[in-house]
Amino acid sequence: MAQIKLFTCVALAALLVGCSSSPSIDDPEPTDTVYGEGATTDGTGNDSMSGGEDVTSKNEDLQTIIYFAFDSSEVRPQDQDLIARHAMQISNDSSYRVRLEGHADERGSREYNIGLGERRSQAVRQLLLIQGVRASQVATVSFGEERPVAHGSSESDYAQNRRVEITYTN
Amino acid sequence: MLKKLRLTLLVVALCSAQANAELVIDVQGVAQPTPVAIVPFGWQGSTPSAPLDVAQVITDDLRRSGRFAPLAERDMLQKPTDGADVDFQDWGFVGVEAVVVGSLVQTGANAYTLEFHLFDVFGRRELVGYRMPASRGTMRGAAHRAADMIYEKLTGIKGVFGTKVAYVSAEEQANGLLYSLTVADQDGENEHKIMESTDPIMSPAWSPDSRQLAYVSFEGNKSSIFIQTLRSGNRYQISNRPGINGAPSFSPDGRKLVVTLGGVDGNLDIFVLDITSRQTRQLTTHRAIDTEGTWSPDGRYIYFTSDRSGGPQVYRILANGGTPERVTFEGSYNARPRLSPDGTRLAMVHNDRGNYRIAVMNLERKDLLVLSTGRQDESPSFAPNSDILIYATRQGRDGVLETVSADGLIRQKMASGRGDVREPVWSPFPRF
Repeated sequence: MAQIKLFTCVALAALLVGCSSSPSIDDPEPTDTVYGEGATTDGTGNDSMSGGEDVTSKNEDLQTIIYFAFDSSEVRPQDQDLIARHAMQISNDSSYRVRLEGHADERGSREYNIGLGERRSQAVRQLLLIQGVRASQVATVSFGEERPVAHGSSESDYAQNRRVEITYTN
Repeated sequence: MLKKLRLTLLVVALCSAQANAELVIDVQGVAQPTPVAIVPFGWQGSTPSAPLDVAQVITDDLRRSGRFAPLAERDMLQKPTDGADVDFQDWGFVGVEAVVVGSLVQTGANAYTLEFHLFDVFGRRELVGYRMPASRGTMRGAAHRAADMIYEKLTGIKGVFGTKVAYVSAEEQANGLLYSLTVADQDGENEHKIMESTDPIMSPAWSPDSRQLAYVSFEGNKSSIFIQTLRSGNRYQISNRPGINGAPSFSPDGRKLVVTLGGVDGNLDIFVLDITSRQTRQLTTHRAIDTEGTWSPDGRYIYFTSDRSGGPQVYRILANGGTPERVTFEGSYNARPRLSPDGTRLAMVHNDRGNYRIAVMNLERKDLLVLSTGRQDESPSFAPNSDILIYATRQGRDGVLETVSADGLIRQKMASGRGDVREPVWSPFPRF
């Protein structure tokens, strides 16, 4: 896991250096690598949250996790821009495919939580679709509470687990 | 192109034996247990000692039921193995109300006869006597059957010691969680992993003949429903539609499953899936989350969870279609309905002042009884005698299993040795 974290940081740094003052979102090369790694981390990409955040804000589309409030599937205003950037990237290259993985915190019933996770992934999907992404480019899956990134039972653990992960699958 | 499914999947046939049990059972709190004595069984055979301590199996079963207090062997004034030698006065003197004696006799290389007799000490008469054949493989099951007959004679309630439970567990491994689906005797012994995967496994459900389990697997990062035959380990995919395939539950006749399907737009609805023809029939069409369908034992209704009114509540709909009718009104969260096999009670996950607990509603009186005491209890499942429920609760970070009598008086913990245990489902009565 530490290795992945390190790799992500290196990749982010490489991207920072590689992209000049105007980062090109058309160039899928470096981002593809980053997303590709994200797809194989068993959902632990979230661990790099603290290290990656301020880097992300200066870059295009590097954050791939969107968090949600308790019992909510509403995308928060601060994440709208992030999703718009993903939408632009995906709609600009028809070869892109993404999987939106919805997750819930552990409270309550497991299959109902599958429903809550699916609602979240659908909320992100709808935002992508209205911004030009083709339906064929987006798949959704809900893992409910089955794949937590934080294993505790505190409010902050719950907050980390209520999420949609955007995974580039090609 | 990066397409790493990293699918590690192992289906283990049920017949592969596994020696040590993972579940350790710890009985808690009992009202007025009846004092009984199960005398060590006699043994005749080619080895110095019997292949199984039958009396111990029966003693453990009766003690764990919470209704009996078996006498310690050292307090027995006599240890008869034949009914004719039972001295009622002695047993009355040590205060037991019932005595079990018996023997195990070897009749062939792998053939045995188990015989037991149950006596009423105060009435000074035999209540039941039974002889059954057994092999080394079936001996433990035979001892549980004996315990079932003794339990039923003394309580009037059918025993469930010969039944099984299935459950899901998740263990942390170097590169993520490893999920398993396990079938064990109801006492945690005789445990077999029937499926293992690095992708989540969910929602096991017994077929009415207890020969198969349906479950949800996320192999390939996509949910689908499988049916697996326990004896052979063979399985097949019964539902793999776009989007969610979840929450399977068998119809009482075993021919259909009620399932939750989400489709590409992710609107979860209840469907009935014919297992042979694979045809589906949509029962609900609401924009809300409709899930966790389960048949009433008479096959007339399907109970399910829906948040069409805001939070999740239990509804029911006629199994061949109609207008859903709300069933639960007490509290803001009632989900995952399961009916008692006798059809009189509905178990659910209920939000009790901020805690998710197991509650049971009497369908006639409509009153709700909260049975569990945890913060995060889930997945209630009735034993086939409708008298006990099993569910998952938290102990530290891990999930463990507990059982509770339907009146809430007797609760037992089944502590797991390994991993996060969840989603227990109690098997139907075995068919001999």
